[in-house]
Order: sequence, then C-alpha cells, then structure tokens
Amino acid sequence: MRTHWNIFIAFFRVGMLGYGGGPGSIPLIHKEVVDKYKWMTADEFGDLLALGNTLPGPIATKLAGYIGYRVTGLWGMINAVLASIIPTIILMIVLLTSLSSIRNFDWVQGMTAAVIPVVGVMLAVLTWQFIDKAIGGMGWLQTGIMSAIVFILLQFMNVHPGIVIGALLVIALVQKDKSKRDDGSREGGTS
Amino acid sequence: MKYWDIFVAFFIPGILGYGGGPASIPLVENEVVDRYGWMTVQEFSEVLALGNSLPGPIATKMAGYIGYDVGGVLGAFVGVFAAVAPSLIIMILLFGILLKYKDSPKVKRLTLYVRPVIAILLGVMAWSFFQESIVGIGFWQTAVIIIVSYLLLERVKWHPAFVIIGAFVYGGFFL
Repeated sequence: MRTHWNIFIAFFRVGMLGYGGGPGSIPLIHKEVVDKYKWMTADEFGDLLALGNTLPGPIATKLAGYIGYRVTGLWGMINAVLASIIPTIILMIVLLTSLSSIRNFDWVQGMTAAVIPVVGVMLAVLTWQFIDKAIGGMGWLQTGIMSAIVFILLQFMNVHPGIVIGALLVIALVQKDKSKRDDGSREGGTS
Repeated sequence: MKYWDIFVAFFIPGILGYGGGPASIPLVENEVVDRYGWMTVQEFSEVLALGNSLPGPIATKMAGYIGYDVGGVLGAFVGVFAAVAPSLIIMILLFGILLKYKDSPKVKRLTLYVRPVIAILLGVMAWSFFQESIVGIGFWQTAVIIIVSYLLLERVKWHPAFVIIGAFVYGGFFL
C-alpha cells in the first residue's frame, strides 16, 4: 500500500509540475524515480528514455507506465499513468467548459482571438525544433528533399499523414544499413 | 460508433506520433478538425492554448478533453486509452527485445525519418492559425501579437503560461 501511495505521489507531482508537455516532465520523473525513491539506477533510466524515444506516442505516459509496472506490476502501471494525467485533464475540462459557457461576451471573444497567433508562434517554434533535429540527424540536403516531397504529398495530393509516416517507417526498417557510423542521431533524441 | 471514432482518432496519432507528445499534435488536429469535424480550427487552437498553459503531458490532455467534449466521461476515457495504451503495451511487452536493438541504425532511423513529416504538419498548422487570425482580427493585430509573443517566448524566455495569460488579458481589453 505504501509503495502504491509513493507511486501515486511521485507521478502526481510530475504531472502537476511538468510544464511544457511530456518532454518537460522527463527531468522531474528522473528526480523522483532515480534520486528520491531509487526504483531504478540512472543507467536504467537512460536506457528506458532511449527506448521510449524510439517508440511512438506520448513519452511521459510511456515512462510513467513502464516504471509503475516495474515497481508493482499492472496496478502500479495504472496508478502511475493516472496520477500523471488525470489532474490536468480534469483541470482542462473544467476550464474549457466554463470558457464555452461565457463565450458570447465580447471580452471572451477578444481573449480567444488573441491567443490564436500565440499558439501559431509556439507551433512555428516546434516546427523549427523538428527541422533542426532532422538536419542534425541526416543533414540539410536530405531533410530538404524529404520535406519538399512530404509537403507535396500532404498538401497537394491530400494523402493522410498516417500513410506517409507508415511508408517512411517501412523504408527505415527495410533500408540497408550504411557501413559508416551514424553519429548525429543520438543528440536529438530526448523529445 | 461514436466511441469507435474517438478510439481511432487518438489511436492513429498515438501509434504514429514519433517524437513524443508534441509530434502527435498535428496528427490529432488532422483527425479531429479535418476528418471528423468535431471542432473548428479556432476551437482546436483554444484547446491547444489552454493545454500548453497547464502542466502535464500535452497529448493526453487533448485526448481527455476532446474525448470528453465528443462523448462525455466515457469518451474521455476512450480517448486517453487510445492515446496511451498501444505504445505503453509495446514498451512493456517488448522491453527486452527493444533494449537489444536500441542502438541499431534501423531503430534510430524510425524516429529520424518521421521528423520532417511532423515538421511539415506543424508548420502547416502554424500557418493555418496565422491565417485564421488575420481573418478574425486583421493583419496588423496578428503581426503585433506574433512578434511580441515570439520575443517573450524565445528571447526573454517567459514561461508559455504567462505569455498565454498575457494574450488573454490583451484580447479581453483591446479586441
């Protein structure tokens, strides 16, 4: 019981303090799991993070779920995932629902109109981070060519992004490995 | 049927979103706005803005709220489950095998090749938000907000939550 309580508190803290989406909570998870509760060593955590980054989907919940599972099995997993996501989901539902019930006031419309360009800027910054990491991993030429092809497929031919990503995953797996070492791809791995 | 749609809408971003939560944002938008028409671009941008100003993982906050909006508490549960479970199950079941191959060039290429796609999707989304804003509040207002928020976020390094609160205050008084 005590362990379950610890898992809950550890991931609750991570969820409530991890600003900046999932990646923002990685150092907090490290602090709880390695430094405070010593559920794994720093090396194991590093492996877990590297592995989590090679799989798709949200990183914070993959880490929480796996660590919870390692500590106390299935219930630990459920406990850790819920502790890290439920509080902010509830907050989000409460805030957005109250926002929509007062939507007809002029000042609320002004507020929501002003936030759109700000979110645009945040997305533009994220765009740049992904491009930058792609360039770090495979050079600007290959990144440029791939981006151009992908842009045409998505915007002009209206291919579902899932199909484009799926095709690229298949290419990544069947492509023959080059003999030269591929160093650049590790550094960008933490997102 | 509705719950199946919610499941699909978050399963696809969950299983294809290489690069953590942020990578799944444009994939979620693709399903929620373009494919199922559950929200307008404006509503989605509000969800994203609020999501960014709250702590915790972004992908699950969006799945939870949009699932709730479309299908109530059960919808929220289905959305979150679809976003979280597939990759978590893979991770737990295949940890040993994955660990052995984590340094293999093939596995590294998986994340690498997906990056330009995510970048394009994010870029297109940013662009559509700017356009939406120009239509709504005009070119000059949009340009000023873009420049000021960029400077505050990237140069002054304000926390996103404060920048968003600042935008709310500005919009409430002047728009």
